[in-house]
Amino acid sequence: MSGPLTSAFTRLYGAKGWSVLAVCGTVLFVLFPLLNLVVPPHSEFHVSAYWITLIGKIMCYAIVALAMDLIWGYCGILSLGHGLFFALGGYAMGMYLMRQIGRDGQYASELPDFMVFLDWRELPWHWWNTDSFLWTLLLIVAVPGVLAYVFGYFAFRSRIKGVYFSIITQALTYAAMLLFFRNETGFGGNNGFTDFKRILGHAITTPQTRMVLFTLTGAVLIGTLLLGRYLVTSKFGRVLAAIRDAEQRVMFCGYNTLHYKLFVWTLSAVLCGVAGALYVPQVGIINPSEMSPANSIEIAIWVAVGGRGTLSGAIVGAAVVNGAKSFFTQFLPEYWLFVLGLMFILVTLFMPNGIVGLLRGKAFKGRRA
Amino acid sequence: MRGKTQTPALVALIAALLSCYMVAVRPAIALERGAVEKLALGEGEERIEAIHALLASGDPRAAQVLAALGAGELQIAGKRVLIVKDEEAFDAVTGEKVTALPDGREDVMLNNRVRGAAANALAALNLASAERATRLAAVRELSSAADASALPLVQKALAGENDADIKALLQGIAASLNLKSGDLKTRLDAVLTLSESRAANAKALLLAVLDSETDGDVRIAAQASLKKVENRLAWGERAGLFFAGVSLGSILLLAALGLAITYGLMGVINMAHGELIMIGAYATFVVQNAFLTHFPGAFDWYLACAVPVAFIAAALVGMVLERTVIRWLYGRPLETLLATWGISLILMQAVRTLFGAQNVQVANPAFMSGGVELFANVVLPWNRIVILIFAAAVLIGMWLTLTRTRLGLYVRGVTQNRAMASCVGVPTARVDTLAFGLGCGIAGLAGCALSQIGNVGPDLGQGYLVDSFMVVVMGGVGQLAGTVYAAFGLGFANKLLESWSGAVLAKIVVLVFIIIFIQKRPQGLFALKGRSVET
Amino acid sequence: MNAPAHATHATHATAGVGDTAGARVVTDALDTTHGAVLYLDDITVSFDGFKALNKLTLDIDVGELRCVIGPNGAGKTTMMDVITGKTRPDNGQVFFGQTIDLTRLSEAQIAHAGIGRKFQKPTVFEHHTVFENLELAMKADKRVRQSLFARLSSEQRDRIAEMLRQIRLTDSADREAGLLSHGQKQWLEIGMLLMQEPKLLLLDEPVAGMSDDETERTAELFLSLAGKHSLVVVEHDMAFVEIIARKVTVLHEGSVLAEGKMSDVQNDQRVIEVYLGR
Repeated sequence: MSGPLTSAFTRLYGAKGWSVLAVCGTVLFVLFPLLNLVVPPHSEFHVSAYWITLIGKIMCYAIVALAMDLIWGYCGILSLGHGLFFALGGYAMGMYLMRQIGRDGQYASELPDFMVFLDWRELPWHWWNTDSFLWTLLLIVAVPGVLAYVFGYFAFRSRIKGVYFSIITQALTYAAMLLFFRNETGFGGNNGFTDFKRILGHAITTPQTRMVLFTLTGAVLIGTLLLGRYLVTSKFGRVLAAIRDAEQRVMFCGYNTLHYKLFVWTLSAVLCGVAGALYVPQVGIINPSEMSPANSIEIAIWVAVGGRGTLSGAIVGAAVVNGAKSFFTQFLPEYWLFVLGLMFILVTLFMPNGIVGLLRGKAFKGRRA
Repeated sequence: MRGKTQTPALVALIAALLSCYMVAVRPAIALERGAVEKLALGEGEERIEAIHALLASGDPRAAQVLAALGAGELQIAGKRVLIVKDEEAFDAVTGEKVTALPDGREDVMLNNRVRGAAANALAALNLASAERATRLAAVRELSSAADASALPLVQKALAGENDADIKALLQGIAASLNLKSGDLKTRLDAVLTLSESRAANAKALLLAVLDSETDGDVRIAAQASLKKVENRLAWGERAGLFFAGVSLGSILLLAALGLAITYGLMGVINMAHGELIMIGAYATFVVQNAFLTHFPGAFDWYLACAVPVAFIAAALVGMVLERTVIRWLYGRPLETLLATWGISLILMQAVRTLFGAQNVQVANPAFMSGGVELFANVVLPWNRIVILIFAAAVLIGMWLTLTRTRLGLYVRGVTQNRAMASCVGVPTARVDTLAFGLGCGIAGLAGCALSQIGNVGPDLGQGYLVDSFMVVVMGGVGQLAGTVYAAFGLGFANKLLESWSGAVLAKIVVLVFIIIFIQKRPQGLFALKGRSVET
Repeated sequence: MNAPAHATHATHATAGVGDTAGARVVTDALDTTHGAVLYLDDITVSFDGFKALNKLTLDIDVGELRCVIGPNGAGKTTMMDVITGKTRPDNGQVFFGQTIDLTRLSEAQIAHAGIGRKFQKPTVFEHHTVFENLELAMKADKRVRQSLFARLSSEQRDRIAEMLRQIRLTDSADREAGLLSHGQKQWLEIGMLLMQEPKLLLLDEPVAGMSDDETERTAELFLSLAGKHSLVVVEHDMAFVEIIARKVTVLHEGSVLAEGKMSDVQNDQRVIEVYLGR
């Protein structure tokens, strides 16, 4: 049993690919922890909490970008609602973290502060069991997954594709954002969740907890990459790309494209949910603006900048765009939107295959999305 | 403008009222000295009585005194009561000019109760004014709380009033005063009058009657009247809802019409559509400021200039975008979507840099403020009515452009069969640019209109983007009629739901509905079925 | 849209194909006891009042090579759309064999039942290699789970190699299909169809854009296929039709105008009128 599995695994990358992965793994799992925890803060080799949080955040975004690439780059379905799935995973984790605050909130109540503020007497039904970490893990996967499955089932069954699909996913996340903005929904309204104290009983802001979250995120990112790689190199991946290029032909070949699209769509949503759940404890806040249509569409630009249809491109894109964002919003905030806007335009006009496409120097014929 | 129409029923009613309560108002040369002195020197209740006495006299000079009292221009010098204005003094009783200002004058101090009574009485006296606005203000003042002493003046005004709006309010006031009468017949008539009254407080008055009235006949009449009034209020609410729906529909239509060309006909997913609306709104803002500084006298006409400027500004931006970016992305809708989103970010930030991140103020011209009172509880604001008409005009203009002009012919030709159009000599590239410019220009017009009803800020367009797409998609891409139906349908649906569930939930419900709707009918309401073109 | 009288057929059909939601392999069960592989009965399709098909009735026998001709707008492509499930008829029945009601199946299920279709415009997966194109088309369990763990067996590799030889693309096996010439794409598409091992092939203008040499070889290929498979060829190229045709059906305004041998049809007065104008 282990034989074919191992060979299927090792086949994912060539020697070069595996070595690059090994280097990345070493940096993430050995170098950063050492530089952050062991090297003293005054040393110039010390990596500060700021950088750990920033890189951790970007790795979460990279997971989202991978998820987006699977559905858009490989299957040609542009979702403008992936921010919703990310936020749902984040909210699921956020509920657990709110419960972990316990009586240490402003009002020293069992209930989260915002509920006390709204004069609520007890937890609403959807908060049931959210103090259980296992239940939370289930929610992180199930909520985005089920929503994506149901939405995708009806949308794909009605053969909604292309821009129509993009627009209704945008409407979906917009509607969800409006819903979460309301206090009655029980998700903290405008402010969302913040002021977390503990996770699994450990204080959330200590360097050790941060480092655990950081390495966990790194592991999930690498796992997602390998999973994605397995999918796109399998026959499944070839069917996906075929759906992207000529869906009718795929159907007349006898493939039920609905099931293929639904599988990758749901998987993509679940990956986003997981990324959101990793993101929230590191950043320390989740609010409905994560669901704004603008956020979701930005995910597409990460993938486009890095290179659609290549998994490494998605990661590179997420890193480059978000790195630039951190730089500009810190030092030249008024220019960031110009830069981002130009990125959208220039990449679509001149770099159809993104940075990775340029690096490979391979003149693909422009891929239709 | 005095309305000249009167229904015979109203005439009869007024005649009946007059025959019951005809009161002779005696003319007076000088005011009663006692009343004026009590007004100026008396205490609490005395002063109120004095006001009522002055009011009952119906003398125009009483108005002067009361106005002076309200304005704080009434002074006392010993026992003499003076009206002092701009270093000139008049005797309050005789109206004679006092040449030498006596020393030791004191202001007459007022408490709120007296001030209110004076204002009320002044309003009653003002009912005889020749200015419609003055009379209207007076009846409004009296509608809230009139004193029985005002009744004769109200009756008199009612007899002479020709303006339907004011008359309706007067009837309400008269009825409310008569309800307190000791005479049974008077009360009964008053109750009957209220059933026809357009007064806003008719319902409250009738409820009060039912609360306190002991006489059976009056109670029965009041019940019947109340039913009528409630009925009318309900109709008013419905009419208000209807108008709100139409109004929102017209706004959605304006926002979506430009998109109906750029997306519906040309197939360009323009995510910067909202920002072109915003540009139209800011163009209006700039024109407004130019008028304020250069032609303040013609300020009311600035919109006449802002409309073409907004159109041209947005159209120019649109044409530049088409030439530089969108042209290279035809046939690649998802790339177009991303690139135009980038454009929208840049435009938004550019406006922020130029005009600041805060909302800017765009004022309504005078003729667009205020509104038409349809029912006692429904006022149709002029700016909404103007926008409704404007939307209709834009729709017709756009339709004519598309069906009656060469450009329209070319646009339709190019969208149906680009290769063929090109073969027969249509300059397709130019047509694309112009058509895109036209769509963007219409978005600019929408911005000009929206600046009249909402905030103008860099984020203005974002709010309309999703809505506009929903309208176009729902109506069926490329279907102008569908766009119109979808805009008004969504407008109504939104307002109907809003009245049940509040604005945000209504919006969510409508979005979810559209999502489900598109699943059922991906081609929209009015799409043509055709042989499948895709292979 | 079946009349109630045929409800029995419908139940049969679903039973024959199994789970309607999934795309399963059921071709072996095709019942052709009455000698016909495809029945179209009284099919009407209208688009906004325009009748693309008007009470079309047509049978295709097992192993037959049928040519369908007709002027533009006669309903040829719409007929293919109906058979492959892309367009649902407003009225009428389509049966594959005796028991499979095609109007109830999805495109993928119809493909699985054993009907392959070549489009008017050659449609191959342009970013996949020629080899991968054939691999994707090959008859296999095409459900999601199987595709996740699928590995090509050596027999399957042999079959692909054999097909590459047959369509003369062995040398291009690792090229992206988008880089092939028009004629090669046509051949690749035909190869993909054959990899599905269909009982019935629908070929929409298979020789459009081919050189004379390629056309000739295609004719040879089709003639060799007849007998093993049933073929329906829609073609405008009369020379090609004359080479391969045994029985010809002429469509006009959505229904059958004439049917018979090529020579008979060519001399039919009505057909001449339709083609030469009124």
